[in-house]
Amino acid sequence: MRYLPHTPEEIASMLATVGSTSLEGLFAAVPADCRMTRPWPLPAPKSEWELDDHFRTLAGSMRMDAAAKVLVGAGSYHHHIPETVRNLAGRSEFLTAYTPYQPEMAQGTLQGIFEYQTLTARLLGMDVVNASMYDGASALAEALLMGLRIAKKKKKVLVSQAIHPHYRAVVRAYLQPTAYEVVELDLLANGRTDLGGLAHSGDLADVAAVALQSPNFFGVIEDLEAAGTAIHEAGSLMIACFTEPLAYGLLKNPGLCGADIVCGEGQSFGISRSFGGPGLGMFGCREPFTRNLPGRLVGETKDLEGRRGYVLTLATREQHIRREKATSNICSNQGICAMTAGMYMASLGGTGIRQLARLNYDKTRYLMDILVEAGARIPFESPVFNEFVAEFPRDFGPVRERLLAKNIVAGLELGALYPECTGRYLFCVTETIPKDTLDTIAAEVRA
Amino acid sequence: MNEPLGTGGLILNEPLLWHKGKKGRTGMSIPESDVPAAAIADDLLGPEVPFPDLSEVDVVRHYTRLSQWNYGVDAGMYPLGSCTMKYNPKTNERQAATPEIASAHPMLADVLCQGTLRMLYELQQHLATITGLDAVSLQPAAGAHGELTGMLIFHAWHRSHGAQRHKILIPDTAHGTNPASAALCGYKAVPVPSDSRGMLDPALVASLMDEDTAGIMVTNPNTLGLFEEHIREIAEIVHAKGGLVYGDGANMNAVLGVIDAKKCGIDVLHLNLHKTFSTPHGGGGPGAGPVCVTAQLEPFLPVPRVIKDGETFRLENDRPQSVGRVHAFHGNFGVLVRAYSYILTMGEAGLKKASQLAVLNANYIKEQLKTVLHLPYDRPCMHECVFSDLWQQPYKISTVDMAKRLIDCGYHPPTIYFPLIVHGAMMIEPTETECKDDIDQFIATVKTIAQEAAEQPELLHQAPQRTKVRRLDEVQAARCPCLIGPVGNGD
Amino acid sequence: MKEVEELNLPDDIGYTDDHEWAKITGETVRIGVSDYAQDQLGDIVFVELPSIGDTFAKGDEFGTLESVKAVSELFMPMSGTVVAINSELLDAPELINQEPYNAWIIEITPSASGEYAQLHTAAAYLDLLKG
Repeated sequence: MRYLPHTPEEIASMLATVGSTSLEGLFAAVPADCRMTRPWPLPAPKSEWELDDHFRTLAGSMRMDAAAKVLVGAGSYHHHIPETVRNLAGRSEFLTAYTPYQPEMAQGTLQGIFEYQTLTARLLGMDVVNASMYDGASALAEALLMGLRIAKKKKKVLVSQAIHPHYRAVVRAYLQPTAYEVVELDLLANGRTDLGGLAHSGDLADVAAVALQSPNFFGVIEDLEAAGTAIHEAGSLMIACFTEPLAYGLLKNPGLCGADIVCGEGQSFGISRSFGGPGLGMFGCREPFTRNLPGRLVGETKDLEGRRGYVLTLATREQHIRREKATSNICSNQGICAMTAGMYMASLGGTGIRQLARLNYDKTRYLMDILVEAGARIPFESPVFNEFVAEFPRDFGPVRERLLAKNIVAGLELGALYPECTGRYLFCVTETIPKDTLDTIAAEVRA
Repeated sequence: MNEPLGTGGLILNEPLLWHKGKKGRTGMSIPESDVPAAAIADDLLGPEVPFPDLSEVDVVRHYTRLSQWNYGVDAGMYPLGSCTMKYNPKTNERQAATPEIASAHPMLADVLCQGTLRMLYELQQHLATITGLDAVSLQPAAGAHGELTGMLIFHAWHRSHGAQRHKILIPDTAHGTNPASAALCGYKAVPVPSDSRGMLDPALVASLMDEDTAGIMVTNPNTLGLFEEHIREIAEIVHAKGGLVYGDGANMNAVLGVIDAKKCGIDVLHLNLHKTFSTPHGGGGPGAGPVCVTAQLEPFLPVPRVIKDGETFRLENDRPQSVGRVHAFHGNFGVLVRAYSYILTMGEAGLKKASQLAVLNANYIKEQLKTVLHLPYDRPCMHECVFSDLWQQPYKISTVDMAKRLIDCGYHPPTIYFPLIVHGAMMIEPTETECKDDIDQFIATVKTIAQEAAEQPELLHQAPQRTKVRRLDEVQAARCPCLIGPVGNGD
Repeated sequence: MKEVEELNLPDDIGYTDDHEWAKITGETVRIGVSDYAQDQLGDIVFVELPSIGDTFAKGDEFGTLESVKAVSELFMPMSGTVVAINSELLDAPELINQEPYNAWIIEITPSASGEYAQLHTAAAYLDLLKG
């Protein structure tokens, strides 16, 4: 076995030093009635080349190959990933390092994460951004728990129904064993969240925080500014969630709209879809709430000789110090994914992110227009970024099948997630979809 | 082999990202637009994002230089206790990057994703085999996430049995995440001190376990690197009072093929795939913390479950007793692929041998270093051993000084000041992938440092001296936190 | 860290088992932590204070002190209502390290002034530290 370096002679000599007669003898402390006695029905070990073959077989059983045009987002987006990002993030100095508990030998990770925190804070309009959470869904659950901590005695949180259904499911799982109540806010006909009730409803005194997603699950850009005003007037904290951070390359960021906590999924920034993980939970807040933040933080300081350097800081919030009173139980996070997102943001630059966001926006608008010309209807009239919902005069199923045969996945049917949206499809158009693919879809709808 | 290890040589300076670049540069190829520009309302439009504009070369140089200030397993020995920093095989990276797998979208119909579903299903089966438990969920994204999932399962199980419980037993030799994970489910942690041998005492557990206690969280082997010999008896005590037993499997690398978790009486066990199953730690993550459970707890596992029907695989969401979802999709899938690749490469014999050699390496280090470092629990250990700085205290040398000196000698230091029950702890876990030569060299280095502690303590107080930066002012970092850079470029 | 003999333990204040001190200042009582407490905790980086008007019973947690790697809870040596907080500590927590007896943390109006007599004298506190 090539990962196990010991020769039989070395094993014998080491056993002699240790005072054991055999490798099995090292486990004398394990009682007989705790022992694994069954043989394991694992496959025989594979050589490196047999393993490659096996993965070729698995890859072959995927209907969609890497060249497929997937017009589905819903929290996992296909964006081009520069080879530089793939290559740099794969450097083993970053990849095979542990959490930077020894800062003198981890300045690469630490400066890289500090830069990630900074660029993400600029993107989201936040004062502080942490070193990452598991994913957008758990980040939202942690944001709500943080809101409840800040608001102390309040027991309720409001969550828009236009937040990704899986995120809401994770929120329910996290909050289920607690005494807190999660109430969902309805949708308006235009695809935005109904905040009308907030301003003149009497029972808001118990609401710690209100969470919205923008662009929301249907791609619709929420009116975050108006929401922020209404939420703050009601005396609650505003949590802005997202699944597509690229949108803020174009749109007004949540911080400018008044959000107190911003959280979401950063997979769009240089991380492959990889069947949904690993992604990147992005998480930030306004400065007064820093000590309530979950997760790790990197801070700038100086060394003995006055040189700039970076360390993990404000660790007293975390589980290994504050134990059951910690702001979260998170320990391992998504470190290399945060580094990757930093590399991606650095590659895009301020000029590039505007251009790329614009391209997503324009292409999405183009598909909407040609689908409408082909007879489709757009049920939500509010503006969208790179996703939208469409419905069709005739059954779209057969059209979708024909497109699938052309290596195109045309949208996600919404019935399983929102029964009231049965027959409606959520489309996503990124820079990876060329115009002729979009034209092909419209042509099939017409056919 | 006699050449001294250590740092030294070329260290290139590099500014922060926003001190580089020029407005108008680009580091990424963005396709030309092939569609008409669409209108956007002014009230939606944000200001330009103040990212620095860098060229591709700027980006490559920047991160290459940063990487050179870092130390990974590929560079050398990383004997961090309870972290299992073993070698991360390169082929695992290749498999996870398989284009069809890396580009798989998580929300498509099952029929389009048979390859990824099959991998999830088979990994579940393999982990069940390896632990001896019956069912597995791969959703948890890290060890602590697995603990939380386990506690959600405890909570849901007790609810289904009519009465909610409010306390949980947590030994002082458990991982630090345990109390925080239990607290998320509203459980009050009741600490259980270990005895003079570093073991859990069944009589003490019996005296603490009652009908308001949901169960116990046991790390086994514990954080002293010792196997909890009474685990089975303790499990019987907890079960007799209607409680459940949680096994923190972070230290599973010691006992692959040795223990059967079900026979130990464990009801829920999480594994750290980024430890035992060789996936890289990424400077902090991502990890994966699958939970393995007994058949009676399977209905409570998170949804979706991966099911095999004949020759096809599908996701199942209709599980009324499930704790629900703990991840947006299917967990850290790319990490799961790497662990699956590792298991297929190692096979039964390889995995069992790995644990044997991990334990051999740790005992070998323990035996050789106990002449120069105080060993508070002098017993055969599992995959790690815990020393203290007691013998260096007369020279005003503490654990941190020895750790920092190790950096100058080219090693990542062990885990320090943990577990808390050993004052000035130094927890060494070599793992099985370190060869005898390298371990001998590490032992010789620690012995030299122990001698330096007595003869030239200043050398240790001043360490590290050969790194890019020297000891950093953590007090200043915490008193006046600077957590992000300036809001604009070039400031 | 200091040896027990090196500790500064003034006679004009009362001490608790948890290493807080209380000093009568006219109608009110000032509360802080002992030289031993600050020395054990090391460089203090953050002080969490209660609000003016908060009322606590003896033994209640009223705030926390943080060092880089530890959190220490503060417990009331006597029952009472907070009338002042030492907000200087918010920007300069190191004052507690530098002058633990000048750097009071809160000032209270005691609700049971008899409780002062139950605190340790400097001599009794020193015995406690010597174990």
